[in-house]
Amino acid sequence: MLLDYIQSLGRQALSALQRLGRGNLFLLQTIPAMRGMLFRPGLLIRQMFSVGVQTLLIIVVAGLFVGMVIALQSYYALVDFGAEDSVSVMVVLSLFRELSPVVTALLFAGRAGSALTAEIGLMKATEQLSGMEMMAVNPIERVIAPRFLAGFISLPLLTAIFSAVGVVGAYLVAVELLGLDAGAFWSQAKAKVDLYHDLFNGMIKSAVFGFVVVWIAVFEGYDCVPTSDGLGRATTRTVVHSSLAVLGLDFVLTALMFGDD
Amino acid sequence: MNTRTIEIAVGIFVAAGLAALFMLAMKVSNLATYGGDDGYLISARFDNIGGLKVRSPVSASGVRVGQVTDISYDSGGYEARVTMSIEPQYDKFPTDTAASIMTSGLLGEQFVSLEPGAEEEFLKPGNEIEITQSALVLEQIIGQFLYSQAEE
Repeated sequence: MLLDYIQSLGRQALSALQRLGRGNLFLLQTIPAMRGMLFRPGLLIRQMFSVGVQTLLIIVVAGLFVGMVIALQSYYALVDFGAEDSVSVMVVLSLFRELSPVVTALLFAGRAGSALTAEIGLMKATEQLSGMEMMAVNPIERVIAPRFLAGFISLPLLTAIFSAVGVVGAYLVAVELLGLDAGAFWSQAKAKVDLYHDLFNGMIKSAVFGFVVVWIAVFEGYDCVPTSDGLGRATTRTVVHSSLAVLGLDFVLTALMFGDD
Repeated sequence: MNTRTIEIAVGIFVAAGLAALFMLAMKVSNLATYGGDDGYLISARFDNIGGLKVRSPVSASGVRVGQVTDISYDSGGYEARVTMSIEPQYDKFPTDTAASIMTSGLLGEQFVSLEPGAEEEFLKPGNEIEITQSALVLEQIIGQFLYSQAEE
């Protein structure tokens, strides 16, 4: 009886390890397959549209409201100390360093990652991938690599748009609604925000998140059990695993980048 | 949807992303006000720098004119050596300018304040400021206050 539990624990550990190994082999196959896109950039453009452009709306709406909410809350906290001019510093630093990369990656995992998994998984379930192999078309080169690269390029761009819209939202609340001085809003941010230390480190974070999220998403689709049940599970796993990976990696990257001040 | 529409949409998306990055760099970071390393370097020695850090601001009359680029300990003179990068348009500081470490507000961040003197000559890149005043360390002041209270 007890031995049965230990056996099931061991089986789960081994299958998790196998998945990790398959994921790495999959990545090693995908990266060299990307050179195929040099000859067919149309594949990449089409994926950029479904992964990037169609995620734009939720990113813009979320960025606007996140910026507005932080501006409002930090105003209430700072006004007691007479430091309400620092609202912009608080908004811009929290957006650049943490919120834009993390929230964008989470939304991206939910909106684009799950769609990628479902699409590739359905191709596998309806044997389109095997069909391509029969026609001597490498499905990794034709299907996986363009989606991978499109996600990896799109997430940093979406993060930059999220930050910009967030700053605009904070400006609307702080200057138009709460009546802070517009000049102080911009000059405080300029004085305290460092281009390399804050903005570029945030973009590096977002590139790392983009790589991890899109890797999980396409791998789960490619590796799913080709049934309707297996496809549903793979989609759920994509969202859960990539969200957890983003949050965990964010802590590690923050400790590496901003640990010294 | 035909290929042309898709390509236009992706083009707009990429352009918007790059424009957002550019706008953030210009409007809310120190790129426009501080173009990297093109300032000139001057140094100063302090007995105690308190909580001064690299990238702390350097200001004159309250206006930001540069930033601290390096802090090291000079074991020859038992002093801290602070190197500052001053923006090139502020090149008219007399040689007897005084540097002091101040705190913005009671508990705010520390910065170097420059007070111009009256000499005719101006500081050149690489020069050292002779007249300096150390940071006020709150613990020392409280200690002195308690000590003077105990004596009464």
